[in-house]
Amino acid sequence: MGAQLRVYRRRIRSVQATKKITKAMELIASSRIVKAQQRLNASMPYLTLLNSAISAAASHASDVSKHPLMAKSADGTRAAVLIVTADRGLAGAYSSNVIKEGESLTRALTERGVQVVPYVVGRKGVGYYRFRGRVMAGEYVGFTDLPSYADAKQIGEDLLEAFLRPTSEGGCDEIHIVYTYFTNMGSQQARVRRVLPIEVVDEVVTSESGLPFPLYEFEPGPEAVLDGLLPRYIDQTVYLALLMAAASEHAARRRAMKSATDNAEELIRTLSRQANQARQGEITQEISEIVGGADALSA
Amino acid sequence: MAELVVNVVSAERSLWSGTAKSVVAKTPEGEIGIMPGHEPVLALLVDSALRIEEADGTKMLVAVHGGFFSVDSNQVNVIAEIAELAEDIDLDRAKAALAAAQAANEEDSSALRRAETRITVAGMAGSLR
Repeated sequence: MGAQLRVYRRRIRSVQATKKITKAMELIASSRIVKAQQRLNASMPYLTLLNSAISAAASHASDVSKHPLMAKSADGTRAAVLIVTADRGLAGAYSSNVIKEGESLTRALTERGVQVVPYVVGRKGVGYYRFRGRVMAGEYVGFTDLPSYADAKQIGEDLLEAFLRPTSEGGCDEIHIVYTYFTNMGSQQARVRRVLPIEVVDEVVTSESGLPFPLYEFEPGPEAVLDGLLPRYIDQTVYLALLMAAASEHAARRRAMKSATDNAEELIRTLSRQANQARQGEITQEISEIVGGADALSA
Repeated sequence: MAELVVNVVSAERSLWSGTAKSVVAKTPEGEIGIMPGHEPVLALLVDSALRIEEADGTKMLVAVHGGFFSVDSNQVNVIAEIAELAEDIDLDRAKAALAAAQAANEEDSSALRRAETRITVAGMAGSLR
């Protein structure tokens, strides 16, 4: 076998091996999107019931706007930003889109004179911040594939603790989440959502159906119920963001792996064509050598 | 007779739904029993065992950790952050969690209370059978 042909064959084998890996990752990601979507749907009843209960409690509690979690401090000087990235790469621009969105939010806040305190989810984001030597108030890694409620609660508690601490002692006046919103399989966008102070005050007065809320008897009392529910709302918001980010991560990975597989196929086709040409060239050369040799003998 | 329509929902999924004769839950103020025709209530839950008597008379126990429940026109929604049906509780794991929580030796640790509730509920379910 000629040297050239051998090189082609070796490259084809290597690309084929890569293709097998990307194809497998594509299939795994596809099945995980479905699972992530199911988890998203499974968490919806809790969200709906929690929201309507908060609205009901808020409409009965006296002066909701003074509640520490809803009151807006006019001159915020520090804001916590939770950035939800992936633990693993090979998902196209997924993590970098979120980081970019986070950077532009950071810029906008800094221009307003607000100091940004980053909280980062996912190894990719943590790596990005650490490489640039920026101090993170919180790092959470190891669960972006399949976030559990306990993970979200941990983050929610940290954020709430930072929010309730006075600004002079390093507390934050605002909390934002930057995550990837999952619209459907084909479309996900990086989004910013402000979690605290809670902005629901205007909409809470009527229930979803437009009917007034039943005259609930509150145990222990409307304010106490509201105090108990609002932290759950933070946890749930974080949980929802993590679930959406997980679904988006799998969707992004599937897309990236599909194009890698397609690309490998294209490469294999081109290389086989070149290998065939090289083999044919070799045969032609051998024939002409034999013919040339025979001619030389008979002459 | 009217029946209660009960939904038990945790943050991660919907756990159980069906009809029931009565529901007994524990709030910060004490235990409260709900029967058909109860006035609308919105109450917080403490870590405890939630007792449901199903329409066919079967008694059911659910370990709930944090959250709240609402009653409105015979519709009972139990919304717990973490909830486990008694038969789903892994007693060995709960005991391991209890030992770990005790070893950590923290005052008012929520992990300790969770593990204790779990073991109590599993024990109560065992004595029911």
